[in-house]
Amino acid sequence: MNTSIFQVAGPVMIGPSSSHTAGAAKIGRIARQIVNGDFERVTFGLYGSFEKTGKGHGTDKALLAGVLGIREDDEDISRSFELAGQAQIEFEFYPVELDGAHENSVLITFFKEGQVKTTVQGASIGGGNVRIVKIDGYEIGISGQLPTIFVKQNDQKGVISHVATVLADSDINIATMKVSRMQKKQDAICVIEIDDSIDETILQKLKEHPYIQIVRFIACA
Amino acid sequence: MYKNIKGLLALAEDRQVSLSQIILDNEVKHSEKSPAEILSVMASRYEVMKNSAEKALEQPTSPEGNLICGIAAAQYGYATGQSDTLCGSFVNLVMARALSSSEVNASMGKICAMPTAGSCGIVPAVILSVAERQGASEEKTLLALLTASGLGAIVTENATVAGAEGGCQAECGVAAAMASAAAVELWGGTPAQSVIAFSLCLMNIMGLVCDPVGGLVQIPCAQRNASQAVNALLSADLAMAGVQSYMDADEVVEAMYKVGKMLPMQLRETALGGIAATESAVKLMENMNNK
Repeated sequence: MNTSIFQVAGPVMIGPSSSHTAGAAKIGRIARQIVNGDFERVTFGLYGSFEKTGKGHGTDKALLAGVLGIREDDEDISRSFELAGQAQIEFEFYPVELDGAHENSVLITFFKEGQVKTTVQGASIGGGNVRIVKIDGYEIGISGQLPTIFVKQNDQKGVISHVATVLADSDINIATMKVSRMQKKQDAICVIEIDDSIDETILQKLKEHPYIQIVRFIACA
Repeated sequence: MYKNIKGLLALAEDRQVSLSQIILDNEVKHSEKSPAEILSVMASRYEVMKNSAEKALEQPTSPEGNLICGIAAAQYGYATGQSDTLCGSFVNLVMARALSSSEVNASMGKICAMPTAGSCGIVPAVILSVAERQGASEEKTLLALLTASGLGAIVTENATVAGAEGGCQAECGVAAAMASAAAVELWGGTPAQSVIAFSLCLMNIMGLVCDPVGGLVQIPCAQRNASQAVNALLSADLAMAGVQSYMDADEVVEAMYKVGKMLPMQLRETALGGIAATESAVKLMENMNNK
């Protein structure tokens, strides 16, 4: 039997729905780590079933809780509107069309100083599992199952080699790696799933490359 | 190791141990954790299950977006009050506990999916109540939860526990079957009786559709958590009294899966058929959305 008993006895979560509540909170929490928690305003474009049954399932509260850093099993999820007010975070929900997206999808936009900082598109794919589909329009695929490094860089030779070398030198095994760019020689992003968690020193070493703009570590567990 | 319930039972009988022992051995192998670590994770999940099963008994949950607020407290009052109940205080208490977890779930409280959020009340209500009545030790109770989860894992691998795929029989039905087998083990029945209870319980619910009002996991999900907790208990008693199932448990799981696949999509969590499509349900949702 390859299924763990804890896939059946669990997850421990805030009700009522593993997809619409726990998954939504997890998408929000991952998105928060992508922007390093640094934003003043956040909007949520709700698509498909998230838009249609989201209110009764508390999907809105769960998404907001996630971007505030509240975990999927924390009862504070139901108080997230109030907690956002205390943290002086503005928020808004609106229906959105996302071409070809999963039924339970959301487009999260973070704002800083009145400007769009980052957009994150995510989907809740069942049983509390999620997928981050796009960051700033770049196609990616963070599953949330493994620790993940997110890098934004100039699309130039040598960047990926630098990332791979730093990780290899730090004895970190790469599970998956995906590089995307919008246009040749412009910005690109690199998403790396790794087997073990990493510390700040490794992130610093990654940042040392002149073409690397942003490095974030996303702890999904 | 084992791939199905027949294999699990054969191993338990060969080694003359409980189902939970075989399931624990398998989990040790699968997770590379020690038995003590596994029991400790189960203990923390049991804590969540107990809290959700007790939380709404005396205090109704938050009413916001909650169509079933207060049902657990009403049932608990009935179970523990002066009036003479038809099923007796024990069965009524089990139902109240199953309703409590459902209410906590509906009100965005903390629950442990078992196997899903929509069916989270059944196993806790049954195991907690049987363990309490028996004065079972914590370890024995945790082992019963291992039996329940191990059987659920087999269904997850060979069939489904998703209402959207197999109807409510796959969610509340499987949860009840899991609870029934675990209750037999806790009450001192044999591994074979556990497996028979599992089969009888699943047979008793065959064909149950998934039709949550407004797509919300509240009505009729909560009431089915209560009724299926009782199905688990009565199936356990049937098995321990010597009733046979004739079909083996894996065949019943396969039949459940096939029935689920035959259900039209309107009856699989889409809120387009069954109770969800009644005139009253539609009105109820209109009222809720206008609030």
